[in-house]
Amino acid sequence: MRSRRGTVAALAAMTLALTACAGNAEEPETEEPAAGEEEPADETADFPEGSTMAELAEAGSITIGTKFDQPLFGLVGPDGVPQGFDVEIAKIIAAELGIEEDGIEWVETISANRESFIETGQVDVVVATYTINDDRKERISFAGPYYEAGQSILTLTENEDIEGPDDLAGKKVCTVSGSTPEKNLLENYPEAEVVPFGTYAECIDPLRNGQVDAVSTDNVILAGFAADNDDLEVRGEPFTQEPYGIGLAKDDTDFRMWINDVLEAAYEDGRWTDAWEATAGSVLPTPEPPAVDRY
Amino acid sequence: MDVIVDNLPTYLQGFASTLRLTLYSGALALAAGLLLAALRVSPLRPLRAFSAVYVEVLRNTPLTLVFFGLVFVAPRFGLITPLGFWTAVICLAAYTSAFVAEAVRSGINSVGIGQAEAARAIGLTFGQTLGEVVLPQAVRSVIPPLINVFIALAKNTSVAAGFAVVELMATGRRLGTANAADGLWVLAGVAIFYLLITIPLGVIAGTVERKVAFSR
Repeated sequence: MRSRRGTVAALAAMTLALTACAGNAEEPETEEPAAGEEEPADETADFPEGSTMAELAEAGSITIGTKFDQPLFGLVGPDGVPQGFDVEIAKIIAAELGIEEDGIEWVETISANRESFIETGQVDVVVATYTINDDRKERISFAGPYYEAGQSILTLTENEDIEGPDDLAGKKVCTVSGSTPEKNLLENYPEAEVVPFGTYAECIDPLRNGQVDAVSTDNVILAGFAADNDDLEVRGEPFTQEPYGIGLAKDDTDFRMWINDVLEAAYEDGRWTDAWEATAGSVLPTPEPPAVDRY
Repeated sequence: MDVIVDNLPTYLQGFASTLRLTLYSGALALAAGLLLAALRVSPLRPLRAFSAVYVEVLRNTPLTLVFFGLVFVAPRFGLITPLGFWTAVICLAAYTSAFVAEAVRSGINSVGIGQAEAARAIGLTFGQTLGEVVLPQAVRSVIPPLINVFIALAKNTSVAAGFAVVELMATGRRLGTANAADGLWVLAGVAIFYLLITIPLGVIAGTVERKVAFSR
């Protein structure tokens, strides 16, 4: 299915380039164009010349930054190909550009290097459990959100002291150096002792060994660890809102709006839900897709 | 630029942590390195072998792996160290001592063999020969390479940022998250504080070198 859609999209792109006429009706999967797509469809005409979309479609390849160590969202298996919800979202975007899965180059982006990878052009887009916030918007732009997560707490099943963020006072809490969860903990729970590591996976061993009392980050990340390990448990309701967006070069508004259109189309025709159920949906309930923010 | 001034207290905390890491692990590495160098030239073969193996293993292992070994691998064998500062000091000292040992050994070797032979001939023990005759002469040629090792150590402390120590680098990452728009300036601030450690070290090296200079 996916490859057929990719071919159709590629053909559509070529036809459009030749005839310069708009034609969203050629998309077989989309019953009706998504709401936001209607007005700009004529002027943007799918891939206007010189746009990022046209360049990527032309090249037939795209470089996508994602997490390589995030169960359910972006996790590299033994075959070296990342899998997860972020990866599926990225594939939907690539497919809309007419890029086959072979044409996607996956680059590992960790929390600390995502902005600079986008700024220096080492990646075209970043889909990596990437929280939209105003500080980051000063360096890059965000399409989406395509999912809304929230910070939560992971601890050992046998731990009875920690039921919510207020119980973290005086406890050692592992998180990633330079991440948003670290910032939240420092600002809102200054009583907690933050123990920063390089990746969340590195927090798990110290948690088991009793060197830290809890791990704190977005609930979806923690759910991945809890799903794989019977001795770990996510505690309490999420205490922040973390809208996950797709990072791209600052002020590339055409590309951002186009990705927003793609996301809305994917909400509409069920591709978003399919992607969720095939990945994170195995552990977490299927949520309503969040409204994209066309700032 | 403002971001550095506004966050000066935070920077200073990170700087203090980096400075402490450098001083503690530097002192430990110097002591351990001297001992290793002494073992390396000792008359007992097993001691020489131990020192050689230690130096080669630590010198040829990436520092990050040394940290991994103590932080993630050792607990699996029941050795659980308290996370943070002291674990980092142990890793940095263990790693740097190998380089100190090599620098000191080269200094010892630069002292003519006749000196040691003469010392033994007049009845000095091995310890006396090393302590009273060879090392005082070796120190002069060892200071510059040793300062090099300590400058490298000051910069190597940044590896601890990934292992539960909030030093300059980790502080820089935190500030980078809080001030994403000024990311470059935040990093420039981090670099300046490293220079505050490494440039004086270089100046000291130059001064000491001139002070102890002698002509053979």
